[in-house]
Amino acid sequence: MKSEKGIFYRIDLVLVSLYVALVLMGWLNIYAAVYNDSHQAITDLHQKYGKQMVFILASLLLAISILIIDPKFFSQFAYFIYGFFLLMSVVVIFAGREIAGSKSWFAIGGFGIQPAEFAKMATALALAKFLGYLDRNIKHPRTLVIAVSIIILPALLILLEHDTGSALVFFCFVLVLYRAGLSGYVLLALLVIPVLGVLALIINKYILVAVLFTISGFIYLRSRRRARTLMIALAIFLASSGLVFSVHFAVNHVLEPHQRQRINVLLGNNTDLKGAGYNVNQSLIAIGSGRFWGKGFLQGTQTKYNFVPEQSTDFIFCTVGEEHGFIGSFIVIALFLGLMIRIVMNADRQRSKFSRLYGYGVASLFFIHFGINIGMALGILPVIGIPLPFFSYGGSSLWAFTILLFIFIRQDAMRNELV
Amino acid sequence: MERALAYRRLIIIGIFLAVGLIFTARLIYVQILVDKYILSANNNVLRYITQYPARGLIFDRNGKLLVYNEAAYDLMVIPRQAKNIDTAELCRLIGIDKDEFTRRMIKARNYSPYRQSIFEAQITRENYGFLEEKLFRFPGFFVQSRTLRKYTYSIAAHTFGYIGEASPDIIEGDSYYRSGDYIGVNGIEKSYESLLRGEKGMKVRVVDVLNRDKGSFQEGRYDTLAYAGTNLYSSLDEDLQEYGEKLMANKKGSIVAIEPSTGEILCMITSPTYDPNLLVGNIRKKNYRNLVLDTVYQPLFNRALMAMYPPGSTFKLVDALVGQQEGVLFPTTTYSCPGGFSIGNGKMVGCHSHPSPLNLIGAIQISCNTYFCRVFRSIIDNSSYTSTRQAYEHWRKEVMSFGLGRKLGLDVTGELNGNIPSPAYYDKYHGKDRWRSMTIISLGIGQGEIGITPLQLANLAATISNRGWYHIPHIIRAIGKKDSINPGFTEKKFTDVNPAYFDIVVEGMADVVSEGTARASKIDSIDFCGKTGTAQNPHGKNHSIFIAFAPKLNTKIAISVVVENAGFGAAWAAPIASLMLEKYLKRKVSRKDLEERMMNADLIHGINTGNEIGKGHFLPD
Ligand SMILES: [Zn+2]
Repeated sequence: MKSEKGIFYRIDLVLVSLYVALVLMGWLNIYAAVYNDSHQAITDLHQKYGKQMVFILASLLLAISILIIDPKFFSQFAYFIYGFFLLMSVVVIFAGREIAGSKSWFAIGGFGIQPAEFAKMATALALAKFLGYLDRNIKHPRTLVIAVSIIILPALLILLEHDTGSALVFFCFVLVLYRAGLSGYVLLALLVIPVLGVLALIINKYILVAVLFTISGFIYLRSRRRARTLMIALAIFLASSGLVFSVHFAVNHVLEPHQRQRINVLLGNNTDLKGAGYNVNQSLIAIGSGRFWGKGFLQGTQTKYNFVPEQSTDFIFCTVGEEHGFIGSFIVIALFLGLMIRIVMNADRQRSKFSRLYGYGVASLFFIHFGINIGMALGILPVIGIPLPFFSYGGSSLWAFTILLFIFIRQDAMRNELV
Repeated sequence: MERALAYRRLIIIGIFLAVGLIFTARLIYVQILVDKYILSANNNVLRYITQYPARGLIFDRNGKLLVYNEAAYDLMVIPRQAKNIDTAELCRLIGIDKDEFTRRMIKARNYSPYRQSIFEAQITRENYGFLEEKLFRFPGFFVQSRTLRKYTYSIAAHTFGYIGEASPDIIEGDSYYRSGDYIGVNGIEKSYESLLRGEKGMKVRVVDVLNRDKGSFQEGRYDTLAYAGTNLYSSLDEDLQEYGEKLMANKKGSIVAIEPSTGEILCMITSPTYDPNLLVGNIRKKNYRNLVLDTVYQPLFNRALMAMYPPGSTFKLVDALVGQQEGVLFPTTTYSCPGGFSIGNGKMVGCHSHPSPLNLIGAIQISCNTYFCRVFRSIIDNSSYTSTRQAYEHWRKEVMSFGLGRKLGLDVTGELNGNIPSPAYYDKYHGKDRWRSMTIISLGIGQGEIGITPLQLANLAATISNRGWYHIPHIIRAIGKKDSINPGFTEKKFTDVNPAYFDIVVEGMADVVSEGTARASKIDSIDFCGKTGTAQNPHGKNHSIFIAFAPKLNTKIAISVVVENAGFGAAWAAPIASLMLEKYLKRKVSRKDLEERMMNADLIHGINTGNEIGKGHFLPD
């Protein structure tokens, strides 16, 4: 057995370096986004960048604490942690403060705490714990149902808080299920359904149904065991056609007007740049005006003069794009990809199934935040308010991602001891 | 079993990379391939604030300031930022109603919700005082400094012209002008636009999302200064112009006076006229419409340059000059007058009773129609030419060498040609070459199709006083520096008539004043030369015409006066001209009775205040 002290020599310095780089870049970008000439000190505690510095210092303490705690603590208390944040998610509905339409904040002192941010981490732990038993086989319907329930339960509670963005995040755990043995078709369907949904809104639905019929027919004719594939082809055709029509129905009759507008903006059907399209247009203007090299640190006019809404939180990527140009944006994207891929690679070298699946959960959470947040800033996805890890201003998100990551780093450092 | 699924990490990593690739492609498109975002970014934060220069000032020949500028303000709006404002209050401050407010906002929003457009143009300094204190309550509204033209004296409106907003056509054709710029529309303001306008400057400011000023863009590296327009020194004599306008009050007609030695226009009066201050700023459109609608008095019609009158007997001076040049007339040539000149078919050109026969000086002094009909016939029927047509063409060329029947090219817009009929005109009227001297005999006494403008008449007087040459009349004597000379008008233009032939005509004109048709207008202390004329007017009472210059030697002023529907030249035009000469040469007028009678006479409102005093009292011309 190696001594507890040795932990600091065996942690993955690549992950820690990526973490430090992203956190520092995030801080500087918040400074740039909020910067104005009258408050220039980056340590000014009355400004967001000063507060973010405090959050960063606090998360360093959190990170060090986690590295000191016995790694078994997290697998043993996974359900407890999960239960605790479920409870908090319920309590916040009644006792929380409403900010921007979402009742998802606890006001503690001057700071707000969002239990939803921590619930994601707790769910990653609980899911890994549940599927981490060696005899669990996801092919068993009962196992699958419980696993899905572990994911859905916090998502539903968060939906009750009117925080749709955070609820959507839980979709990412399908990657964990996939790694745990879920059929690839489910993953494929989850990828195809959004594409089909978008096509349903762009292309004439009858033409689309005709195309689907042709594809189904093709599958049927190519198959050898025609009797069996007839049923499959038919099912695919009916399901996809049903999707096409229900998307239409949902968009026109179920969604609330502001949500429908966001979708229209995305599809280019809505060019009202003063209303629903304003955020995305301003975001693209900021990013696009950065050109190849960017305007330089603190030189971004669009972000500095508040043309981009929510620029220190949901649209923080605009500051990167405007001040650091294509080069800076590409580096940020590359760093995130590096972080996620490194986590996945590390996860697969774990001897403990819990550690491995938890690692996948961590990578999936980073991925979905990265994908939705930057996709939104680039006008590829509708406006969904979720933070970009380590970049968006806010303590809850920073702390939750720090804890999430460092629990994995801790597990990884002890991978030889943990089984 | 789960270990066997390790390959799935590659699929998951593949998904990560695919998303990263999509983002990178999107970044390449947004940041590198398209330009529209950087343009939009500049639209967001940069405000180009035009610095409007003051237009050049205009002075009179004695250094009096005639046209200057006063501070004014354009109220600008950026529609997107104009939210939650007290509409009623703003309407009250600028004096418009709610509907007009809505109309203007829609217009501005249609132009651009993000850019400034003019909401209320040219608010005067007084009105701006009220608005200024409250402007902070109207986000999205701000003012831009402009200037308004101001006129020290309400005179010479047609000569100054006015300025107006540059039209879309102009903006398209000249890159200097932008929407909302002002440009000279006519008069001096137009002909000297490029000097008067100065040079616009530009300030580039940075603003935030609430349009709050955040300082200059890159330390003002792209800012340019505005340069004020060039000052112009006009040859107008303010006293004389104002005096002439008073004399012409309630009359239709024109007075033009020229300094013969330079061609400088001393005054150019058109009546009826208007106050130039009416066509300034935001009252211009309304007032302009009213002036256009006044079709009875046509105050916008610049008679001095655009009205064509048959010159009547004043044209006999040209006959006398051309006849001598053609060798068909000598000072000693005498013709007898049987009370008229028969033109066949029992018709005749009448003449009044006077001693007969007359030599050339006598004929000018008495203004004998018979004499000059004969002179005209001898010119047209001159046997040195092969045809009437050839003789006529030659005559026409010599007449036009006096600057008659064509634009003189002065530096005020709107000048018309006048008309010395071309042979083609008579061909069309009578058939090809089927006209003879008798057919067109009325030209000899300045009647018929011939049309001369008051400016051309004054220039004729100046040319005769110079004994055969003139400078192109002009209103701006110096540009920029008071003592410089406007380089466009220094060349002497000679007529086709030998200067030697002018003295006898000048003598005749002196006799016209001393003992001839205009003797009632004689001034004891000034020896001046003149010629009366009466333009036949088929539509009403004849027009009274007089041209003159003084003194006879070293002439200082040549003048033409036309009073419409006023009868003989001697009755109205001659006394008005004599008062003008006295005013200019003596600086004050001693004949107060005459002055008062002329000023108070109303010849256009149907009231008979007239100088009917002895129609027979005046000699017909
Ligand atoms: Zn006679």
